[in-house]
Amino acid sequence: MLIAIVTISALALGFGLLLGYAAIRFRVEGDPIVDKIETLLPQTQCGQCGYPGCHPYAEAIANGEAEINRCPPGGETTMLALAELLGKDPIPLDDEAAAQKPKAVAVIDEQECIGCTLCIQACPVDAILGAAKQMHTVIASECTGCELCMPPCPVECIHMQPLPEDITHWKWPLPSEPEQERPTADATLATG
Amino acid sequence: MHYPSPSNSHHKLYRFHGGLHLPDNKTQSNGRPARAAALPKRLILPLQQHIGEPAHPTVAVGDRVLKGDVIARAQGLISVPIHAPSSGTVIEIGEHPVPHPSGLPAHCIVIETDGLDQWGELPEPIMDFSTRDPATLRQRIRDAGIVGLGGAAFPTSVKLDPRQPVHTLIINGAECEPCITCDDMLMRERAEQVVAGIAILRHLTGAKSCLIGIEDNKPEAVTEMTRAVASSGQEGMEVISIPTLYPSGGEKQLIRVLTGEEVPSSSIPASIGIVCNNVGTAAAVADAVLQGRPLISRYVTVTGEGVGEPCNLEALIGTPVVELIEQTGGYSGRISRLIMGGPMMGFTLHDDSSPIVKASNCLLAASAAESPDPGPALPCIRCGQCASVCPVRLLPQQLYWYARAKDLEKAQEYNLFDCIECGCCSHVCPSHIPLVQYYRSAKNEIWAQEQEKRKAEQARKRHEARLARLARKEAEKQARLKKKKAVLAKKPAGKAKTGAPDPKQAAIEAAMKRAAEKKARLAAEGATPRNTRQLTEAQQRQIDQADARRQAAGKAEAHTEKPVAEEQE
Repeated sequence: MLIAIVTISALALGFGLLLGYAAIRFRVEGDPIVDKIETLLPQTQCGQCGYPGCHPYAEAIANGEAEINRCPPGGETTMLALAELLGKDPIPLDDEAAAQKPKAVAVIDEQECIGCTLCIQACPVDAILGAAKQMHTVIASECTGCELCMPPCPVECIHMQPLPEDITHWKWPLPSEPEQERPTADATLATG
Repeated sequence: MHYPSPSNSHHKLYRFHGGLHLPDNKTQSNGRPARAAALPKRLILPLQQHIGEPAHPTVAVGDRVLKGDVIARAQGLISVPIHAPSSGTVIEIGEHPVPHPSGLPAHCIVIETDGLDQWGELPEPIMDFSTRDPATLRQRIRDAGIVGLGGAAFPTSVKLDPRQPVHTLIINGAECEPCITCDDMLMRERAEQVVAGIAILRHLTGAKSCLIGIEDNKPEAVTEMTRAVASSGQEGMEVISIPTLYPSGGEKQLIRVLTGEEVPSSSIPASIGIVCNNVGTAAAVADAVLQGRPLISRYVTVTGEGVGEPCNLEALIGTPVVELIEQTGGYSGRISRLIMGGPMMGFTLHDDSSPIVKASNCLLAASAAESPDPGPALPCIRCGQCASVCPVRLLPQQLYWYARAKDLEKAQEYNLFDCIECGCCSHVCPSHIPLVQYYRSAKNEIWAQEQEKRKAEQARKRHEARLARLARKEAEKQARLKKKKAVLAKKPAGKAKTGAPDPKQAAIEAAMKRAAEKKARLAAEGATPRNTRQLTEAQQRQIDQADARRQAAGKAEAHTEKPVAEEQE
């Protein structure tokens, strides 16, 4: 009896120590689920989700504070990918209209720009070049189309230009499938 | 005249999975000898005629160019230059309709020809290629703008640098797609040139064995090529007649037929020591090395019931399609669809002002009978015919479901990217489902998503860099403020020893002290302030009154105002 108690206690102590050591030795820095969520987000840093950037939104999702349907630039694809990753049920997008917007980049009307640098401060990815009282311009290849530069502009010289469809970006469309009258199970049973 | 018979009696041939026996419809266009197409008024040269980076224009509007001049240079490794196919003037660099399934325009250089067809300066021919460094020859092939003329238009110089030992060079003369006869006519009419090109390709790849595969529905081409190989005296080069079966002209299928080897999934033939090139490419290589001529023309089949007299034309790259149609009897009125390429893999040409590009092998003006409308697609009945004809042994049905459901990950698991888009599955589908279009759409979607991911990663990095920069700036600002505060806090600490909390106050006190000392010194010397001598009575009265006031005030504050008290002494 005593031997059994001693043995079990020794084992418990041993495993306890082992687990304690493992917790320190294999400690995971940061939250891996946040990183996983972040890689699925489009990184436009637009804040349309209500969080100041993609990383804060990823954190909010991971903490269960935010729904997975609040990313308009990512659209349905991102929502489905998040649902898949987190094992949640897909839900309709929060802002359906915003998700339908075509991809666009900001363009500064250089005739009207007064060089106030407000848009430069607003751009989350440093895609606007310029200096005080100098004309500003957008680096189109780096612009994520987040529209954050538009509201601060005092002369409203920034507008969004939809990306033109060209050969390099063209995709074969899925064949169109006309809505067909498909026999339902009942109809099949009735006729058969 | 007796030609040596094709020597494949002893060569064992293999069979790939599936495939289709199709009516070949080749006799319509291969009955007449190929002829040179007339010089068009305008040549339209798209900057992207190949896989890889588009070429960059080196000419400006208004420049005069000579035949063979470089008008756009290659950008990056996987790219080739573009040459002027005839002499004339550059009249436009801009958007123009091009042969592409999207029907969208693309950047082109437009040359107005002057009718002189005057050659520019060409590089020296390299006749002794067998003693030359392969790198020199590859550079020549690249400079000549040569791409695979079988259809994929991949830069040949890159393909000829496989970076692994190559034991077999396979020359593709199968031309398995119905209606197309341009390779057939090229082999019949220019067998010597093709064989000379093959010899160069062989030298470049270092391949011991060289197999030229030609489908047995082209007996004249087989005969001509056999004769040319025999007269060239090349050892280990063999012309092999293979059974006609679509798509035996697919690179991996031809390799399977000739060698029995299978190229592993998602890798290139070089990984098993094989390089495969088209006969047209071989002829272009011969031109480039032995004559110094760039790739500016090619054989094009113009056929179908929609044109008057189907035949092959040697057309300059950039010739508008409509001009070639005119030279082959014009539209016959029975055309229902103009196709670039063959009936299986070609695509509808939306605008016949589009030019011929390096990869254009055929123009098919198909009548309604030749290209019947399959009608609306019906639901899949899971008959499995698509799987039985697939030359790559894929499961077209599974791919179809996944592509349709946009489950791209699953589609890739089912080896979507091994699909060669030959069209066998769509052809046999009893429900007329356009299967290949589903696969193309899924492939495009996957590429687009990968590109999006790369862009997102870039944006994330830039955003993080920005946040780091802002944090650094804020930290620097804080540090500066702290330093300032520290300096302020330090100064009073230093003055605390002298007992003066404020430097201003200290200065005042020091001045008062000096004044008091002076006064004391003067008093000790017995001197009185000069300004109190020889006073008038009125002045003396004023002073007395002031003294009296001061005294009265001094009494009240005597306990606080020490200096005043001192003065009173």
